[in-house]
Amino acid sequence: MHEMSIAESLVDLIEDEARKEGFTRVRRIEVKLGALGHVEPAALRFCFDAIARGTVAEGASLDIETVAGMGCCPRCGCSTAIAQRYDLCPECGSHVQMTAGGELRLAELEVE
Amino acid sequence: MCTICGCGDTMTGSPARPPHHDHHDGHGDHARHDLWEGDDGALNFGAVPVPGMSARRLIRSERDILSKNNALAKANRARLLAAGQFALNLVSSPGSGKTSLLVRTVTDLRLRFAVGVVEGDQQTSNDAERIRAAGAPAVQINTGKGCHLDAHMVGHALDRLPLSSGGLLLIENVGNLVCPAAFDLGEARRVVVLSVTEGEDKPLKYPDIFSEAHLMLINKVDLLPHVDFDFSSCLDYARRVNPRIDILAVSARTGSGMEGFYEWIERSAAGIQPVAANAGAEAPTSISRRSAPTPTFVRQQPDAP
Repeated sequence: MHEMSIAESLVDLIEDEARKEGFTRVRRIEVKLGALGHVEPAALRFCFDAIARGTVAEGASLDIETVAGMGCCPRCGCSTAIAQRYDLCPECGSHVQMTAGGELRLAELEVE
Repeated sequence: MCTICGCGDTMTGSPARPPHHDHHDGHGDHARHDLWEGDDGALNFGAVPVPGMSARRLIRSERDILSKNNALAKANRARLLAAGQFALNLVSSPGSGKTSLLVRTVTDLRLRFAVGVVEGDQQTSNDAERIRAAGAPAVQINTGKGCHLDAHMVGHALDRLPLSSGGLLLIENVGNLVCPAAFDLGEARRVVVLSVTEGEDKPLKYPDIFSEAHLMLINKVDLLPHVDFDFSSCLDYARRVNPRIDILAVSARTGSGMEGFYEWIERSAAGIQPVAANAGAEAPTSISRRSAPTPTFVRQQPDAP
């Protein structure tokens, strides 16, 4: 389950921020996950709770914002919502290039 | 010594009581890993949580959660380029024949190129031993509970390999069609292996890993007469997920199609644009190339007939 590694990376980032910003406790974490990305939100929550124990992030609420998939057609320039990485352009049938939906980002921390 | 973080070398320990890298605390980018060398020389990784540091405010971050892995991958890539190494990251489900493919490749190419191998598995050094028996230096990474290699593990493995100029580095990832997709190792090209004993719709079922790959090797084609594998549908599915993917059909067991794989390696390493060709059902050929850094890759004269 690679969400365990992702959760470790997330807690590492938060500990980096704690050293830089001087906080000792995290109340809330906002993460942006692309709907077409590599991470399953429920698995990330499960792993995060385990990994965060004993760190500044222990007990923090994990808010996950899902970013919808979007694509741009390189042929006709059409911007379109996509449900799969390999969806085709609804205008011309070409492969669209994914422009959103692959996010894996720590957006915001509420700390004290 | 870890040339990426500058920490000391691996420490002797055991999976039951791994030594902790206390000196890593405070490094920031490198704060959590355990690494010990097994009796068989394998690099063993197993992550454990580090006890944390103990007026409410908001901090905007907007950092990529994989930024640390990506930075380590970038360092690996720069190191490989500087060493003149062309590195492939081979991913597949378990049992697709990756190790047999590498044994065949090492056997066929070791007199032409300096070939090194990094073997990733959860446990055992069996695969590295097979590669060494074929005549190439190999480092085994045991990921413990980990389901994929990451750039940090590969960085340590590079410390253990002779990185000669003009060499080929083959990194066999942990058998898994899901987890390795997200982790850049610093390779020049990613190769996904799919065998005909699996379903032809794997590219649609696991699009992440196929969409990131430069080449799909369809392995075990010698078994095609005996299995219900729809070859042309497989090509269609792979191209639907990744229109730029190159596709080659091979059999690591019989050697069929392997020369095409070796030519692909040389072309990719040299950055030569291949001639587009129509992909036939029996012998699919390259359809396109991606632009990517092209390390120097020197063909060596065989020192034996």
